[in-house]
Amino acid sequence: MKATTPAEDLVRGIWKENPVLVQLLGLCPALAVTNTVANSIAMGLATFFVLVGSSLLVSTFKKVIPHEVRISAYILIIATFVTIADLVLAAVVPVIHKELGAFIALIVVNCMILGRQEAFASKRPVGRALLDAVGTGAGFMIAMLMMGTFREVLGNGSILGVPLFGQNFEPWVIFILPPGGFLTLGFILLTFGWWQERKAGTARVRQWPHGVATPSREEAA
Amino acid sequence: MKDLPQVAADAIDTSPDTASGSTVSGPPPPPERPATSSARLIATLATAGALAGLVIVLVFAWANPKIQQYRAKVLREAIQEVLNEPATVQTWYLVDGSLSETPAPGADTITAEKVHLGLDANGEPVGYAITGAEPGFQDIILVIFGYDPGSDRVLAMKVLESKETPGLGDKIFKDTAFVAGFREAEAPLAGVKKNAGSGADNEVDMITGATISSRTVIGIINHRIEALDPVLDESGS
Repeated sequence: MKATTPAEDLVRGIWKENPVLVQLLGLCPALAVTNTVANSIAMGLATFFVLVGSSLLVSTFKKVIPHEVRISAYILIIATFVTIADLVLAAVVPVIHKELGAFIALIVVNCMILGRQEAFASKRPVGRALLDAVGTGAGFMIAMLMMGTFREVLGNGSILGVPLFGQNFEPWVIFILPPGGFLTLGFILLTFGWWQERKAGTARVRQWPHGVATPSREEAA
Repeated sequence: MKDLPQVAADAIDTSPDTASGSTVSGPPPPPERPATSSARLIATLATAGALAGLVIVLVFAWANPKIQQYRAKVLREAIQEVLNEPATVQTWYLVDGSLSETPAPGADTITAEKVHLGLDANGEPVGYAITGAEPGFQDIILVIFGYDPGSDRVLAMKVLESKETPGLGDKIFKDTAFVAGFREAEAPLAGVKKNAGSGADNEVDMITGATISSRTVIGIINHRIEALDPVLDESGS
């Protein structure tokens, strides 16, 4: 494993290896509950809480958890944090909890979270695991906010429920409906891909975020 | 993800030990992980499960009163709204086809079937707030409405819970014209296409593009009135 600095651990997940926009993980909530900015924030915060909490526990107890049952143990830890988040949201912000519905419970199966436990938290010291979780969680929130803002502005003509345009604005309803999630994600990924292609310039071997080098043109041919 | 190669190495670790016992030349097999006893596996998971359960119970004990409080508040506000701000509200339970001040013995006050009677400042009944739920386009729609059995009129309607399509079906509570259409409408209600009705008192304009959702709301109200009208009429309000 290549050694990383603490700063790298923190920053990596925010942008360069953003869980949604680059790794394409956690797409289910990213598509389903980003129809308003408020929902995106609540979902982002809940996921952030679960990710940081689980990483902390998994990293702390990595020596105690036998290898054979590690995945069950991770899921147990994640599910506990999700249930706590679910109950707290229901008690504190019941309106938003109602909007998010089943998607809070579905954080349990968000592969972004389990992925970080298996690939990082279970092998690194507690501090590093925390940094990584904070970075990845922040990256997830950024992606959720990008989608939520885009969709609410176009689909409802507002941000956080505050109308932006005049009475005559006809909302582009498709963007707050499920298909709008796919369209929005598609547009954002397209922009991202285009931007990265540009940045890569004339480099012949494109470095994928996972560190896997794609075959060069001669090799592929 | 720079961690991937490590994950791959891990996978080899756990694969059935093909290397052990056979004569394999080349690089030595990765060091074998000592097998953990089943008792320890079970003990670990059981402990973790018990701790998780304890934490959840503690959080639930803290959150549940708040959740119930919020539900009660929503219901209280909805009753005020659909009965046009009555001075006092009484809760009556339905026991064996008649109204009773107490629920049937052994019944839970929360789940027992009940209606809420609103009284004005002079103690005169203004109508009953009745809840009803039926499947809509996406999920169960929960509706509360005010009903005056004397004049057979719906006072007002409010959707308490619905997961109808945003932008289309959710107009059953976002479209103020649709909600206002239930005010003083005569039961049984009849849904009509927008601007196609004859202007009769029992007609409610449905929402274009949300036929199923609007029809469900009208249906819930009609079915509940049909079921409760004999009981409410009998108690002579």
